[in-house]
Amino acid sequence: MSTDSISTLRADMPSRPLVAKVHEWVTTVDHKRLGILYIAYALVFLVIGGIEATIMRIQLIRPHNNFVSPEVFNRMFTMHGTTMIFFVVMPLLFGFANYLIPLMIGARDMAFPRLNAFSFWLTAFGGILLYFSFLGANGLYGAGSAPDVGWFAYAPLTSQTFSPGHSTDFWTLSLLVSGLGSIGTAINIIATILCMRCPGMTLGKMPLLAWLNLVMAVLVILAISPLSAAQIMLLVDRYLGGHFFDTQAGGSAVIWMHFFWIFGHPEVYVLVIPAFAFASEIIPVFSRKAIFGYPVMVAATVCIAFIAMSVWAHHMFTVGMNSNANTFFVLTTMAIAVPTGIKIFNWLATMWGGKIHFKTPMLFSIGFLFQFLIAGLTGIMLSAAPFTWHLGNSYFVVAHFHYVIVGGILFTTFGAFYYWFPKMSGKMYNEALGKLHFWLFLIGFHLTFDFMHIPGLLGMPRRIYTYEPGRGWDTLNLIVTIGVFFQAAGILVFLVNLLWSYFHGETAGSDPWDAWTLEWSTSSPPPAYNFATIPEVSSRRPLWDLKHPEDPDWKYE
Amino acid sequence: MSAPPAAISDANITWELPSRGRVGMYCLISAESAIFTIFVVAYLFYIGRSLAGPMPKDVLHAPIFFTVCLLSSSLTIHFAVKSLNSAKVGAFARWWFLTLTLGAIFLAGTAREWRHLIYDEGLTIQTNLFGTTYYSLVGLHAFHVTAGLLAITTVLLFALLGYVRPEHAERVDVLALYWHFVDAVWVVVFTVVYVIGR
Repeated sequence: MSTDSISTLRADMPSRPLVAKVHEWVTTVDHKRLGILYIAYALVFLVIGGIEATIMRIQLIRPHNNFVSPEVFNRMFTMHGTTMIFFVVMPLLFGFANYLIPLMIGARDMAFPRLNAFSFWLTAFGGILLYFSFLGANGLYGAGSAPDVGWFAYAPLTSQTFSPGHSTDFWTLSLLVSGLGSIGTAINIIATILCMRCPGMTLGKMPLLAWLNLVMAVLVILAISPLSAAQIMLLVDRYLGGHFFDTQAGGSAVIWMHFFWIFGHPEVYVLVIPAFAFASEIIPVFSRKAIFGYPVMVAATVCIAFIAMSVWAHHMFTVGMNSNANTFFVLTTMAIAVPTGIKIFNWLATMWGGKIHFKTPMLFSIGFLFQFLIAGLTGIMLSAAPFTWHLGNSYFVVAHFHYVIVGGILFTTFGAFYYWFPKMSGKMYNEALGKLHFWLFLIGFHLTFDFMHIPGLLGMPRRIYTYEPGRGWDTLNLIVTIGVFFQAAGILVFLVNLLWSYFHGETAGSDPWDAWTLEWSTSSPPPAYNFATIPEVSSRRPLWDLKHPEDPDWKYE
Repeated sequence: MSAPPAAISDANITWELPSRGRVGMYCLISAESAIFTIFVVAYLFYIGRSLAGPMPKDVLHAPIFFTVCLLSSSLTIHFAVKSLNSAKVGAFARWWFLTLTLGAIFLAGTAREWRHLIYDEGLTIQTNLFGTTYYSLVGLHAFHVTAGLLAITTVLLFALLGYVRPEHAERVDVLALYWHFVDAVWVVVFTVVYVIGR
């Protein structure tokens, strides 16, 4: 494609009719547009999943509340969990990976652009399939609407006997469809990183974001495939009368748990490793120092991914495994804290002695550091099997994993939004609104999830739709619910900031942060072809070399 | 630091990266292996746990001939790719057709075995745990054979119409990788179903 045709296209764009623009977006195979589609799609589901969480918290605001029925409450926690994991966090991270990886490794697109589009639309239709269950799942029996079996859908609750109608079918099919999309994207990410790097960018000179996403994609392939296999088995049971999870015919309910958590625990690392990647890009730039211990960061990430494949049954301590299995999973789970701890120390060492700029992306990253540390500490508590025998399935567990997913992953993802928004839109976000978002969300997060640990310690089980007064849970639940409204306000400010800045923000320029990786060397937003000439790099910070020819990085690496 | 390391001249380094088709196929094979692993684990876990018959040792007979057919198709597809690499398009089409035939014979063998089990032995996917795990695992493999045969047929049609040229050897080789994988999985399935499970 010549540059002429591209510039004509861009000049024509404002006058094009809406249908033509929509057609362009629907048929696009450009990694940047697909990245933005992923992100926009995830934001819509973030709002939906957030509304479901709010409904649950309003129901639990006081004892014996009647805001929703128990049946609706079951649907809400099932849909909230499924939505947030599969249709918010994964598409968000895939969106950023799609958008950033080719730009960061100096490529013009992903390795398989059409597979990329196919994967996005699979994920998109997976989400629509899940939500169609509200309308279409009544089935012949008139029973149920949305799925209500919990996000890990333990057998035999998913059998025809206990889940009549089609709600569970919608759940399993939507995860199968979107799972295939995830595998497609993972294949694409690996092939892109291994085969599309610009000259000079050896594996040891890749930005950490590319490295960590490579590890994440490997984990997706190893983790999502078992989930797809288990979903196929569940479909065989439900549609063809198979007996995989049918205890009446000698089948095992526990084997579903194993299959689900073989997916389920690596999935946590699938989600958190890209979050680490954002922190590893943002913290150095706003500390004005190169990342501390690059090779160790890579090694620790690979180590986490390796151990992550052998920790799954710590979700099953209360199921009744033998003591050998318990001991093994206690030890592996505790071991994974070591490489994770190494990473935290490396980020701290990057900030140490740096000139720290407290911009919004950095604020979110620092919030992540503290909160992820606490999430890790409660994780080590729960990794001890005897501790889990007391607190398994309590609100303590709910608080722990929300600390990881909201306090860790969502915080860095917000940081990533603010950090790369100027690149994606060409406009600067509003710093005051960004800081307001940070503080509202920080306060809301701590009100909700700090206080959620305590009812768990006091014996409040998860997934109950109401509770008796006078057990010491009342005030705590009230505080937890109040925190939700702060978080909702924060999200509102965030969305307003994105929209307002997109239309009225100041022009950002190609490199507003004085950063060092290749995506900042092209214009904002980047042209369809990314780079007019494919760059050549000789260090991990090619833009530093460009800006400081007298003291380039490659002398020291 | 003592003497600086000897500088490597840029002229000596050619920037070469692995082929994306090959890497993509290896990734797909890894994902498929993970899926098969779960089905194999389920099969092994449920051996001998069926509450009612028929049992594997009463009804299963190892399909030796069809296994030989499928495994030799790995050899023929290898010769096909080799022929295309040395620009012998005619030989390629002949080896490729032989691969298709051997794969189709294998699939017909599976169909015959299933017919026997369903109509003569009364074993369906609903009968017992053995039926559920057997039809799922062997069926998953047969599905992959079918997918491979469809792809091979497509390439054969292109070859007959004269569109396959030596410069396509790389792409054809990527498809051959998939076919080798399908054959290798059969070795595992055969061992699990007809050796360990019987």
